[in-house]
Amino acid sequence: MSRLVIASIGPASSVQDGGRHGAQRYGLTVSGAMDRLSLAAANTLVGNDPFAASVEIGPFGATFTAKDGAVRVAIAGAPRNADVAGKPVAMETSVTLKDGETLTLGFARGGAFTYLAIEGGIKGELVFGSLAVNARAGLGSPYPRPLQAGDEFTTDAASGAPELRIELPKPATGPIRVLLGPQDDEFDDANKALFLDSEWKISATSDRMGYRLEGPAIKHLHGHNIVSDGTVNGSIQVPGNGSPIALMMDRGTSGGYPKIATVITADIGRLAQTSAGTAFRFKQVGMAEAQDEARKFAQLIRGLPDRLRSSDTVELNIEALSDANVAGYAVSAVDAGTWQVTAEP
Amino acid sequence: MAATLPPPRLLPSGDSAVTVEFSRTIDDDANQRVLALDKALAASPIDGITETVPTYRSLLVHYDPGKIGFDALGEKILPIASRPLPPATKARRWRVPVAYGGEHGIDLEDVAKALNTTPDDIIARHAGGDYKVAMIGFTPGWSYLSGLDKSLHMSRRQSPRLLTPAGTISIGGIQAGIQCLAAPSGWHLLGRTPVRTYQLHRNPTFLTEPGDRVTFFAIDHKTFEDMDRAAEAGEIVAEQVDA
Repeated sequence: MSRLVIASIGPASSVQDGGRHGAQRYGLTVSGAMDRLSLAAANTLVGNDPFAASVEIGPFGATFTAKDGAVRVAIAGAPRNADVAGKPVAMETSVTLKDGETLTLGFARGGAFTYLAIEGGIKGELVFGSLAVNARAGLGSPYPRPLQAGDEFTTDAASGAPELRIELPKPATGPIRVLLGPQDDEFDDANKALFLDSEWKISATSDRMGYRLEGPAIKHLHGHNIVSDGTVNGSIQVPGNGSPIALMMDRGTSGGYPKIATVITADIGRLAQTSAGTAFRFKQVGMAEAQDEARKFAQLIRGLPDRLRSSDTVELNIEALSDANVAGYAVSAVDAGTWQVTAEP
Repeated sequence: MAATLPPPRLLPSGDSAVTVEFSRTIDDDANQRVLALDKALAASPIDGITETVPTYRSLLVHYDPGKIGFDALGEKILPIASRPLPPATKARRWRVPVAYGGEHGIDLEDVAKALNTTPDDIIARHAGGDYKVAMIGFTPGWSYLSGLDKSLHMSRRQSPRLLTPAGTISIGGIQAGIQCLAAPSGWHLLGRTPVRTYQLHRNPTFLTEPGDRVTFFAIDHKTFEDMDRAAEAGEIVAEQVDA
């Protein structure tokens, strides 16, 4: 067995997977990855199930060292500088750390969460079928809390499989799509329009439980107390002060504020990856479009193995760019994100 | 055949869940219909439903839109939800011990003052109530109870507390509650119970189910300490009786 030791890691980092389903009726929070597509991409790169447990790394940097043998990992999600022993590692690729080697990840440049998947998965004790950390309820394994320096994962020795990259569709950049409801009738047309037509920013006080939205105050028709009812990932509730909160993966299973709208499944990861302070808008869609997008999103995740490519082609491209002397970006391209932009035809 | 009941409202909760709403207010009839629909869907599952979450007045039905669409699901749910209520079955009743007042119920005296009575009278009215678990939510095991004596109805605190202790027994509005884990709360704290409504590695992990009946009985603070140790070790210190 090899070990992957966390030499350093920032706050808001934890083990996450597809979440803990089936016990919301008892108040058990679902938790799970904030950006499921990136979780699935990282896992697919190292041959894991798409929703296997991985390390969800918050906006700050992190370093991981292989011990007692080689460890194969992959990274996907919020772009950041990454290298192993000074050699750049591109986002959305796998890389094998030899015994003693360290993977260094910088701050997220745009977005918030990057996923580090470990070949063979993370070993831990499943609770309701999940290793996902829910710090408030003391759940999660192997560490039922945010990760910290010194934590380590025991894992299978690296398989020696060739390194891969994964070709994901270009990230969408449009507004975050929502379905109105379930309590949109607690708001008049003017306030629904205010919600849909305004520019919003995510407050810095947001966390895995909820993203607080900064913008105009939304007024209720009949006050802000409704009888508590069930919540879903992406429920947008409006408390008494009129500042909406988008409920995220660590949400309570029920809530007592009117929910004006719900983010569609396909866009929840995009909302999760919207950095604090970045302006964005919502757009209303209908049920048919939302469910069509949800099915396409599920299909995209199922089809991820077909998007794997040999990572040799990436290295060849870097060399080609260097040779052509257009590689100003590529040379300074410890910066994988920038490199990807320059490589785009 | 009995006449069908008025259909609930089907409110979209995003693309993968629907809120089946029987009432906008806390209403025991609506809650009975919620629990009856929940039971019916568990007994004859509809393909595509992944999870159901009963609440006071609505059943949240999670589903996979890859298996069933909103309209098709609604068409299947509505006739079941409009069925007359089945005859009431025997419910479980939990007798839940509570250490009232003092450090365990820091709002007891204020509640008594606000209602122009004595703490002992508040304890008698609260412990004398006959409650039903209407829903479980917010945090694991947090049991929302209907059946709070009308004389104890009072609005929530102006400013919620950021942290209230595990096992808190509290009232808020027209509701009473058994809280399992430490959590924020705007309710009035009357006491604490050593009972864990949720405890990992215990069988059962979750003690209460929506529909269970609950009564309280007062214990002194010394008894609380003893029972709390037993509960920590995995004992279910609530008494179960047939309702």
